Amino acid sequence: MAITKIVVDPITRIEGHLRIEAQTDNGKITNAWASATQFRGIETILQGRDPRDAWAFAQRICGVCTVVHAVASCRAVEDALDIRIPANANSIRNLVLGMQFVQDHVIHFYHLHALDWVDVVSALKADPAKAAQIAASISPWPNNSATHFKEVQNRVKTFVGSGQLGIFTNGYWGHPAYKLPPEVNLIAVAHYLEALDWQRDVIRLHTIFGGKNPHPNFLVGGMASAINLDEDATINSARLADVQGMISRAQRFVEQVYWPDLVAIAGYYKDWAAVGGGVGNYLAVGEFPETDIRDLASLYFPRGVILNKDLSKVLPYDHNGVSESVHSSWYDYEKGDVGLHPYEGETKPHYTGPEPPWTYLQEQTKYTWMKAPRYNGHPMEVGPLARVLVAYASGHKEVRAMASDTLKALNAPPAALFSTLGRTAARGIETVLIARRLTTWMDSLVNRIKAGDVSTFAPAKFDPSTWPAKARGYGALDAPRGALGHWVEIADGKITRYQCVVPTTWNASPRDDKGQVGPYESALTDNHPLAKADQPLEILRTIHSFDPCIACGVHVLDATGREITEVKVQ
Amino acid sequence: MLTPQATPWSRDESLGMHLERRGISRRDFLEFCGQMAAVLGVSSLAVPRIAEAMETLKRPSVIWLQLQECTGCVESVIRTSEPTIGDLVLDVLSLDYQHTLMAAAGDAAEKALTDARKANAGKYLLVVTGSVPLNANGIYTTIGGKTARSILEETAKGAAAVIALGACAHWGSVQASKPNPTGAVGVSEIIRDKPVVNIAGCPPIADVVTATIVHYLTFNRLPALDADGRPRFAYQNRIHDQCPRRAHYDAGQFVRAFDDDGARKGYCLYEVGCKGPATFSPCPIFMWNSRTSWPIGAGHPCIGCTERNFWDTMTPFYNRLPNVAGIAVEHTADIIGASLAAGALAGVAAHAAATGIYQIRSRRSAVQHAGAVSAPPDALSKTPDRESAHTGED
Repeated sequence: MAITKIVVDPITRIEGHLRIEAQTDNGKITNAWASATQFRGIETILQGRDPRDAWAFAQRICGVCTVVHAVASCRAVEDALDIRIPANANSIRNLVLGMQFVQDHVIHFYHLHALDWVDVVSALKADPAKAAQIAASISPWPNNSATHFKEVQNRVKTFVGSGQLGIFTNGYWGHPAYKLPPEVNLIAVAHYLEALDWQRDVIRLHTIFGGKNPHPNFLVGGMASAINLDEDATINSARLADVQGMISRAQRFVEQVYWPDLVAIAGYYKDWAAVGGGVGNYLAVGEFPETDIRDLASLYFPRGVILNKDLSKVLPYDHNGVSESVHSSWYDYEKGDVGLHPYEGETKPHYTGPEPPWTYLQEQTKYTWMKAPRYNGHPMEVGPLARVLVAYASGHKEVRAMASDTLKALNAPPAALFSTLGRTAARGIETVLIARRLTTWMDSLVNRIKAGDVSTFAPAKFDPSTWPAKARGYGALDAPRGALGHWVEIADGKITRYQCVVPTTWNASPRDDKGQVGPYESALTDNHPLAKADQPLEILRTIHSFDPCIACGVHVLDATGREITEVKVQ
Repeated sequence: MLTPQATPWSRDESLGMHLERRGISRRDFLEFCGQMAAVLGVSSLAVPRIAEAMETLKRPSVIWLQLQECTGCVESVIRTSEPTIGDLVLDVLSLDYQHTLMAAAGDAAEKALTDARKANAGKYLLVVTGSVPLNANGIYTTIGGKTARSILEETAKGAAAVIALGACAHWGSVQASKPNPTGAVGVSEIIRDKPVVNIAGCPPIADVVTATIVHYLTFNRLPALDADGRPRFAYQNRIHDQCPRRAHYDAGQFVRAFDDDGARKGYCLYEVGCKGPATFSPCPIFMWNSRTSWPIGAGHPCIGCTERNFWDTMTPFYNRLPNVAGIAVEHTADIIGASLAAGALAGVAAHAAATGIYQIRSRRSAVQHAGAVSAPPDALSKTPDRESAHTGED
């Protein structure tokens, strides 16, 4: 059979602008190219600014991962200025970041990923009573009644009958790759709708501590939300009780809706445990310091590197192993086609793609705004699967237990995790664990308040007059989409250099100077089917399993062509 | 909500029929219309008109373009707060093209766009998030091989009106701040032959979007705009003039450092950099995320995100605004603070604060209930002396 050229642009149900080009042969994808088609230049804009402001600029890299860049930025500046945040601020940041993970992963599952597996139209054929029986067999969730499912079904029926399909227009309904029985489709559609209400509620935790969501406020040195149980305008018992309620509702939804749905749906797609594995190298920088970010031993999810799917060894992560290639990216390097450590990195954008409007990019040598980061020369996958694998291989008790139960439920070996399905399952595993962990952080906050410690901010080094003439720092954070790093250099109270290496840059990386493809590209050619060239449902499954965030991935660079010298990590 | 979360609205059904089927009472509906009247700042006499328009309208097509952006504005809108009936207002729409939520991708998605444009030519509402990068021939944002600019121009042609949602679509926001590497501009720089409403904020409060859309659907025109294209009903008041911590400002009670004694008493954040005195936004009234709190309410200074160029004009964020006038006494905060430091007025000030502060709870219920009766709650209207202080500063 002849090779078919496929273009999927826009990839929808992601953050940002991503284009996938692929070649298929006889129903299998044989080659793939991932192209990021947006660029903004935020690092350049940060130069010359007050480092205490950096979190707000960096936060606007992404409104989906609305917490992660802000916290990574605070960590970088606090590292540079040797600021230790109070224990309460650490707990609050864990709560805020933890709820971001939980909310973001649930939204991803239902609103970004589910329609790859769930056929909305098929739900019309379901027997609501039978759906209720199935749901009751996997979860005690009280809304799983036949009456409720019947109501949802009627809504969908009217909606489809209206002829105005809105966001469901032109979906791939009826595609042979959809395998769920109508009843399971109906359950998923009902929970899609419930999750919309749920996410709006639980994310209010950000509003309590940060004033709003998206883009809650942060503060170098701690958190701005002062605690005083006896005032109306501060964090008091009423607000803490509100937070406690959100935590409970977050946990309940994750344990009784998201997780059972994920396992049930996965059961119908076991063949996807052999598809979309990809590069097989995994990097996690670790997250949720129980004490202070400098105390790596206190990270709830550990830091480490796994190479070649070898779960018997977790290698230590050393940032010196990182380099970036622009072989396939729209930038130039002074010395040509080499990989450079970020500290020696050059950022001279040089667009060499076709003049828009264009049809194909794949024959181009350079085809994306994304650089190609490598770790000791290896392309690395980051994100939930990397975190779960590193934790699993490090002997993390809760992760091991969850992973074993999941594999048992799916009757699959550990190797099944290296796949599109494994990525989606790993996201669920960590969501359950983080949701549970919220209680620990809340308890530690409440117990300290009980003991009389209400401090949320370290004031000593907030004033620039207390700063050294020169300083530099590194902020690492493991975000919902994977390993993130911010580097800042400060001179005379101003930012002189700012650099981010971001999860989606790792995952959506293009080919490097050695011709190695990135994780998306590799996953798409790993035993990957594509039944209908004009209905790229399978491509969406695998790409969505990474949860792309393109605005994050391409935030860098100085488009005026000025050179930015990169910063060394301490 | 943007999805058929609520009972979907079928094509031939009026809103009145639809509400009845959903079990929403006439009373609840009128109350909602009353709230909308209050939010929009129109007379209570308009309530029947809003009700009538709302009851008879059909679901109009909305095309939502996401250009050079971070998706924060989309996230904000999916947090829209008013339960049931508020969701309905967005369910009123047929959201025919929206990248973050739509099932289709690639060609199927682009076909949805083309079809919606054709089927609703001249009638659809165009919502835009994100800026338009103009440098290097526009190649800093492309979708389907086309530049953001060409997509916007093409899609705006058949639009009845354009809503530029969020700071990026408004004026370019963070990527347009100095030195604006990609040459990012807002929608109104490109679309000159159509009405463009700027919903300011990074991101804006979802309820402002809702209210703007209701206004458009009800009165068949866009709401009155200020000089920067922002709906007056939401952006005509200064944060400083509506702030529940305002009495502390007037009494000279300031947070001097984060987490100090003043911070733990909820004092005014002016000294630690609050940009409320220079920012026009409905934050203190609408509040955020189901009226849970808002930035100043959570102890952080306002960063002025509803103002054009705020990344350059409002930074450094933690530096104090210069020369902000007091309300009743034309003294700067420095003078008030200095006199208080002497201690003579301390008792008086404490009393003034205790009686003068809007209590969050009573304000909340005031806003919620005021809507049913009449136009703007008191907190929304300006006193004459504030007006003069404010005019002096514009």
